[in-house]
Amino acid sequence: MFREYDQAQFKTIYDQWRERICADFSPHQPINIIGIRSRGQTLAQRLMQSMTAHGFKHIGQGVLDITLYRDDLSEIGPRPLVRPSEINLQLDGVPVLLVDDVLFTGRSVRAGLDALTDFGRPSVIKLAVLVDRGGRELPIQADYVGLTLRDVPNSHRVNVLLTENDGRDAITVDPRP
Amino acid sequence: MSIKQTMSTNTPLWTRNHLLGLQSLSSQEINFILDTAASFKEVSTRSIKKVPALRGKVVVNAFWEDSTRTRTSFQLAAQRLSADVIDFSEKGSSVSKGETLIDTARNIEAMGVDVIVVRHRAAGAAEMLARTLKCSVVNAGDGAHEHPTQGLLDLYTIRERFGRIEGLKVAIVGDISNSRVARSNLWGLSKLGAEVYLIGPTTLCPRAFEKYGAKVVHDFDSVIGQVDVINMLRVQFERIQSSQFPSVREFSQMYGLTWDRFQRCKKDVFIMHPGPMNRGIEIQSEIADGPQSGILTQVTNGLAVRMAVLYLVTQAA
Repeated sequence: MFREYDQAQFKTIYDQWRERICADFSPHQPINIIGIRSRGQTLAQRLMQSMTAHGFKHIGQGVLDITLYRDDLSEIGPRPLVRPSEINLQLDGVPVLLVDDVLFTGRSVRAGLDALTDFGRPSVIKLAVLVDRGGRELPIQADYVGLTLRDVPNSHRVNVLLTENDGRDAITVDPRP
Repeated sequence: MSIKQTMSTNTPLWTRNHLLGLQSLSSQEINFILDTAASFKEVSTRSIKKVPALRGKVVVNAFWEDSTRTRTSFQLAAQRLSADVIDFSEKGSSVSKGETLIDTARNIEAMGVDVIVVRHRAAGAAEMLARTLKCSVVNAGDGAHEHPTQGLLDLYTIRERFGRIEGLKVAIVGDISNSRVARSNLWGLSKLGAEVYLIGPTTLCPRAFEKYGAKVVHDFDSVIGQVDVINMLRVQFERIQSSQFPSVREFSQMYGLTWDRFQRCKKDVFIMHPGPMNRGIEIQSEIADGPQSGILTQVTNGLAVRMAVLYLVTQAA
């Protein structure tokens, strides 16, 4: 293993990230939190819960499956199952917080932005990622970053593990299989 | 009713670049298409009913036989995936000048086509094209052999209605011998664990089907109270002259879904028909338009299923 952030370190990273997000939005204004499948979806759910606890009253929640919007469809081999997007929200004129676990090339986020515009026109879209590992291939930046890793080689994978999906909270950096 | 996605941790991946029939697919592959279709159904509920998955790809609808539903459905499915769609039909083409199926298909392919959706009166036409061409081939009906997307949309509609397919008793009624819909349904339903009853006169519903696991029944009334789904096939008037076929009146009395028969069905029986319907012959209008009819749902689901199929065959290629 290249590096690991354990449960306690994860909690510090996550809490600071969440606080910065909460501080930037008004609890009295509507906001839509949309996660990119599948870890982004879990993070979005967590954010929604803690923002509700912080007094946010008008939170909409949605899930984006970006498979059909990827520009590298033909390069990633046999297809995994396409799953539905769940955006039963009024997007027009409301801010969106787009949530994903790791920001790398930026291609997932680009696909997410394309998908979002097919559902409506948010007043603003902010991007929140738990880990920014650099290596961008597109001019895309996150507005809220929990942890920045500057020296992860391309041969390695950054994994955000979440209790809901993986049984524990952690961030690991491993060589690609 | 929402669909439970039958996903496991080791979800099998789709690797085929053709869809020729359901007989050659595994139950996992069939479920994979149905699960994918469930996701594509969501696209049709958006205000912008389009995704860019097949942008820049070309889909040709090559129909050597008439069709309304299937052709329109494939066309719309391809357009919702942002593909370019070309329509080819036998009438008004060089086929009437004597060009063979293979030559026509090769010429269409030479224009840089990614998928050919083919319907032809000869059984095996799609398979022959798949062996000859480099592009993906989707069978939209070949003779009395298979009509896989119809079979899939029927499976999808049944699964959506009951939440499962395994253990259901499904009757397919009518001219079984000449029906590709019956065959694709038989393969799909039995692979997914349904009990299939093939029902029709001895001339049109031979016992030979029993070796594929179906129950062959010549007396519709003997099983009508037991089945969960009744799929009524169209009376094919183009074959009605043949000696295999009883008179329309006799057929309608013995195998038509009349109001009287409908009263003897299970309370929650689900009625299906692949279309086009002959109202008053194989199915009474009140039943076809009634609350237990899934006929228009079948058409709606057909679009999602065809989107899934076009997407999957192009991604595997």
